[in-house]
Amino acid sequence: MSTRLATGGRLIDRSRLQSFTFNGARMTGFAGDTLASALLANDRMMLGRSFKYHRPRGLVASGAEEPNALVGLGHGARFEPNQRATTTELFDGAQMISQNHWPSLEYDIGAVNQAFARFLPAGFYYKMFLFPRVFWKHVYEPFVRQSAGLGKAPDAETRDADTYEHFYAYTDVLVIGGGVAGLQAALAAGRTGARVLLIEQTPHWGGRAPVDGGEVADQPVDDFVNQCVADLEAMPNVTLRTRCMGAGVYDHGYVLGYERISDHAPGMDGPRHRLWRIRARQVVTATGAIERPLSFAGNDVPGVMLASGLRDYVVNWGVSAGDRTVVVTNNDDAYRTAIALRHAGLEVPVILDARAAGGGALADAARELGIRVENGKGIARVTGSKRVTGVAICAQAGEGAVLEEVPCDAVAMSGGWSPVVHLWSHCGGKLTWDEGSAMFRPDADRAPTGHDGAPFVTACGAANGEFDLAAILKDAHAAGQAAARATGHKPGRKAAPKAQAGEEAPLEPVWLMPQGAGIKLRMKAWLDYQNDVKVSDVQLAAREGYESVEHTKRYTTLGMATDQGKLSNINGLAILSDALGQPIPQTGTTTFRPPYTPISFGAIAGEARGPLFQPIRRTPIHDWHEAQGAYMEPVGQWQRPYCFPQPGESHDDAVAREIRATRDSLGLLDASTLGKLIVKGPDAGRFMDMMYTNMMSTLAVGKCRYGLMCSENGFLMDDGVVARLSDDTWLCHTTTGGAERVHAHMEEFLQTEWWDWQVYVVNVTEQYAQFGVVGPNARKVLEKLGGVDVSKEALAFMQWTEGTLAGVDSRIFRISFSGELSYEIAVPASMGRAFWDRLLTAGKEYGVTPYGTEALHVMRAEKGFIMIGDETDGTVIPQDLGLNWAISKKKDDYIGKRAQARSHMVDPDRWKLVGLETLDGSVLPDGAYAVGEGVNANGQRVVQGRVTSTYHSPTLDRGIAMGLVLHGPDRMGEVLEFPRLDGSVVQARLVDQVWYDKDGDKQNV
Amino acid sequence: MLILHCPYCGVMADETELHGGGEAHLTRHGPGSSDEEFHDYLFAKENPRGVHFERWRHVNGCGKWFHAARDTATLEVFGTYSAQTTEPPQAIRDAITARRPGWTWRHLAGSAK
Repeated sequence: MSTRLATGGRLIDRSRLQSFTFNGARMTGFAGDTLASALLANDRMMLGRSFKYHRPRGLVASGAEEPNALVGLGHGARFEPNQRATTTELFDGAQMISQNHWPSLEYDIGAVNQAFARFLPAGFYYKMFLFPRVFWKHVYEPFVRQSAGLGKAPDAETRDADTYEHFYAYTDVLVIGGGVAGLQAALAAGRTGARVLLIEQTPHWGGRAPVDGGEVADQPVDDFVNQCVADLEAMPNVTLRTRCMGAGVYDHGYVLGYERISDHAPGMDGPRHRLWRIRARQVVTATGAIERPLSFAGNDVPGVMLASGLRDYVVNWGVSAGDRTVVVTNNDDAYRTAIALRHAGLEVPVILDARAAGGGALADAARELGIRVENGKGIARVTGSKRVTGVAICAQAGEGAVLEEVPCDAVAMSGGWSPVVHLWSHCGGKLTWDEGSAMFRPDADRAPTGHDGAPFVTACGAANGEFDLAAILKDAHAAGQAAARATGHKPGRKAAPKAQAGEEAPLEPVWLMPQGAGIKLRMKAWLDYQNDVKVSDVQLAAREGYESVEHTKRYTTLGMATDQGKLSNINGLAILSDALGQPIPQTGTTTFRPPYTPISFGAIAGEARGPLFQPIRRTPIHDWHEAQGAYMEPVGQWQRPYCFPQPGESHDDAVAREIRATRDSLGLLDASTLGKLIVKGPDAGRFMDMMYTNMMSTLAVGKCRYGLMCSENGFLMDDGVVARLSDDTWLCHTTTGGAERVHAHMEEFLQTEWWDWQVYVVNVTEQYAQFGVVGPNARKVLEKLGGVDVSKEALAFMQWTEGTLAGVDSRIFRISFSGELSYEIAVPASMGRAFWDRLLTAGKEYGVTPYGTEALHVMRAEKGFIMIGDETDGTVIPQDLGLNWAISKKKDDYIGKRAQARSHMVDPDRWKLVGLETLDGSVLPDGAYAVGEGVNANGQRVVQGRVTSTYHSPTLDRGIAMGLVLHGPDRMGEVLEFPRLDGSVVQARLVDQVWYDKDGDKQNV
Repeated sequence: MLILHCPYCGVMADETELHGGGEAHLTRHGPGSSDEEFHDYLFAKENPRGVHFERWRHVNGCGKWFHAARDTATLEVFGTYSAQTTEPPQAIRDAITARRPGWTWRHLAGSAK
């Protein structure tokens, strides 16, 4: 069994007990434990089940590479699935549940998949679910959905109780990784005076070195680490952060850091995670290396672990995985585990060294401790299912004939080390295959390059393929100095500290154990633990013709689990290379993509959630709207009242009441959100003629004109009323959401096409509050306010004037979007609310009624006015909408004119705008299509038109709609059929779209 | 995420401050142009692997459009310059030639060295 040792554990504080639960069972650990070490100390070796076969899975590693130990952590609003137990610190009160099993971890029904493993080979999903196609919806899809996904998603209704934030940092040199290499690199860079940021993903400095031991400058490596940290902390130009992972390296020195601020103390003040958005001039990756598993039958049985992981649990946390541990290796490093176990008083029955010649000095040291060492031997298979019970020994060179069975309860394996090249590779750093160490290492001649074309990433230490302590420090020192030099800082002469170098015998690559393993063994030799990919699966893929490592990855799912192949990648591509009969570098690696390990969505979102998700724009009248209980809707970034429901009133009722009050007497609209752009300058007239389809240069001062704006593609992009303010000044009204877009459109042409034209454009949308005063009593209420003459004679339809109204400076436009007598009054934003209140007071005797956007929409539809975004969708030209009257024929050019002459734009079969009147008076469904006879080339029902706007008109007490219909204007009176979603059909007649006051008598009074 | 030097306000601007505007130095074709000319103006853009000239706007900054010459494969930036020119200035062409001898782009070409 696995247990806590009586002594040892350099990271734990035995005086501080932490209690936690796993699947409801109460357990205790110590401060300094990870979830993984605490579980192991409580004899929880088996932690979950694999994805495909639901095989029992236990801890394999002690760090970020762990593929199996994923748990659901927390509860309620703080529940989160797939938390990696090896990288999450234990805290008092932690609640964990295991994943991917039903009904329980110990007795799992999905485990029957194992019995069918022979029938679930690589590419199973592709092969099985292809035919018959009719099975998809009711057989295959439910099955796939049932078995898809890892862990349980948090409850959809709960909201994350934690907060997150983004942090921006700028530095000369960023060092990623706080092991001895990172510390030495940071010191070397920091001593030059360069700004240095050093980040480390764990809570501790020093990385593996304190576990693996050694001496630096004649002192134990622990002391060296402490001295480095103290020296760095004393430098004002150096910033250090633990619990901060380098997640990704991007173009031009952009790096994401992922800081887990309070995962170890949930609920503490402040954000839980912080996303560091770093701009570094130079990046040093000191990200260490990851040990590789060995591929032998049963290498996935709980209790089979990486040799380094086993060593970490003993040395760092005082936890043993078992009393009797068999060590199996192809290199010297694993001997350190055997020695550490023996020093901790644990038994090592045998070390199986696959190398015929065996190990070096470390092997001698193990033998001196009395440990049996067998050279040229390996594991034929592991016995046990939920827990290792023993191993069968065989010759590595053979086919797996069992020489001896050795009982044990843990296996420590080591297949060599792979440098963590992820961050080097993210932004294009290339790798080179190191034959001697059987690993890919960064190719310094092909480093990622920045905006100036110069390299900006340097790898050092184990991440650079250096594994000897002395070599690591020398490499890191040089990397730190080089990075600082590249940022213009001059390194001094101080050399790297000297470390004691121990000779190690060379590794021998072992990609399959034993090398001649038959199919039965290969079908039990796991490469990817989480996704259940075995040696035999990769070999099958190769036989089926998969040659590219990227294709093999997707076909077999090798390396596609949440660990992204940190353990399986190299072993898998070595098997693939062997099957294809080509050298490993020719096969290459799959692409390393950020993030290095998964980061939280919360960190990515930062503060951009809820009301801060995007800016909210409020008009000067916003508070009044809210006080009235207005039902608000977003229009672009603006909040606008949809309607003002009174107590007991539905939204439909409110809209109908608002329309009737406006048409009968007096309505008020807060139109402050309308875009307002001033176009001014000696060339403003010709510029306006280019921007709008109409002739705007001939508009007289004091007059208004409805204008259309198209893109260079010819499509209608915005509309609005333009007023000429003076000889060289025009005021352009845009749609509510369109001001910024139209402004940018104008600036683009001014700056990049007609930069010699003397024109300025300024967006004054927020400088004015603007109100629609609408209805038969509109003039009366303005006269009551007193000031400017707004009589028919003084201010005719489509004119504007300025002066004071009720003592407020006003610009008054006589324009109408409702068909009623209507004024739009612009006042300085600061006077908006005061003016609004005076309108309400003066309008009381006329039953003044504020109305919202829905009433606005219905009234414009009753008048047959188009709305950008309803009648237009980016594929509609003004000619489609019968707006030819607003397109100047006299002008040589305007934006969109040439496009509107293209063959498809002048096609007589383009759908054109008409009114639609249902025969039964009902409201047509929005977006409904009119169907024609027969089917098209795709076998779909032929369509001949669609609904663009549809409402219930309280004025007409019936449904009214507009739509685009094939040859519509030529087919007036015809009846078309519009199927509803429920299969029924509604009939509508093509009519003129102007239902209300076609001659304009009401607005012209 | 790119960093480009804004030639108007002088800052090294993060890509989040910028808005890409596609290929630079297009000639606008309006009424009177042939269907082919107009089609090419709107749709037939260069998509090179290597030296390219682009339009960018410092939209969350000074608001000005400018041009950038860069390598689309390595993302190396050879220089940024005014949007108010129909061709890249000689200094920019020289900077490209220094790094990519023999470069070509549409009708433009740098010397072989």
